[in-house]
Amino acid sequence: MSNIEDRVKKIIAEQLGVKEEEVTIDASFVEDLGADSLDTVELVMALEEEFETEIPDEEAEKITTVRLAIDYINAHQ
Amino acid sequence: MSIEGKVALITGATRGIGKAIALELGRQGAVVVGTATSDNGATSITHYLQEAGVTGAGFCLDVGSNESVGAVIKAVQDQFGPVAIIVNNAGITRDNIMLRMKEDEWDSVLNTNLTSVYRMVKGCLRGMTKARWGRIINVSSVVASMGNAGQANYAAAKSGMEGFSRALAREVGSRNITVNCVAPGFIDTDMTSGLPEEHKLALQKQIPMGRLGQPEEVAAVVGFLASDAGGYVTGDTIHVNGGMYMS
Repeated sequence: MSNIEDRVKKIIAEQLGVKEEEVTIDASFVEDLGADSLDTVELVMALEEEFETEIPDEEAEKITTVRLAIDYINAHQ
Repeated sequence: MSIEGKVALITGATRGIGKAIALELGRQGAVVVGTATSDNGATSITHYLQEAGVTGAGFCLDVGSNESVGAVIKAVQDQFGPVAIIVNNAGITRDNIMLRMKEDEWDSVLNTNLTSVYRMVKGCLRGMTKARWGRIINVSSVVASMGNAGQANYAAAKSGMEGFSRALAREVGSRNITVNCVAPGFIDTDMTSGLPEEHKLALQKQIPMGRLGQPEEVAAVVGFLASDAGGYVTGDTIHVNGGMYMS
């Protein structure tokens, strides 16, 4: 569990160019971490690559916070 | 950094402007994939690339079909790597005056000339975004700006392409991807060779340069936009028409 959480947080920090400590569990990509819409798509692409999964567009649109990303990956591993 | 080794995908590359573009990008060192609507066309592309010493191949593609576009982009990626430069050149005409234009004449021109651009770009944009480098070049027409009687469908598609390019340029500029159009005027190709002689002469009178353009003269501008030298040009339409239209 924590392994996935760490990996997801690391990717979010890398993709959005923020410090890992800023990537708190309830942080919203757009409101708290300064992502724009293109950043969020790229973030999903990076998650797909890291976890070798494909996230459909309609699911991807719902992943707007760190927690939702972790939950999604946990549920689809 | 040049376009050496980058994969360039050019639709409608069997002859005319598309072929000249394929050879120009090949000359600059790109790996060139040219598409044709038939297997014969694809073979002839492979041949002329080989003859010119360009790495790449011809592929058979129906730009009007989602399945075909998806399959070809995947095959190109598997064989050569992600597409970095895309030139949407494939196009058809189904001329008719509006009072007689059939819905299928409208639909087929919009689908082949405009919706194809959406399909091709959609298929390649992820890779460009990831690479933080991309060139999207759409071959429009002077008709997009001037209009032309009998070509409401064609003019609509080409104008649509230019609007699309400006919108996309704003979306992806931050990822170092440029999106531009090149708008040829009357170029000496199969598409214009079918025009009646007196029509052609009348056209030439409207062209300050007094002649039709050559495919290579369009390809040179596409080559500039694809190169690093063109890296700060985006959202623009560059006219190559011998002066027949000046904005």
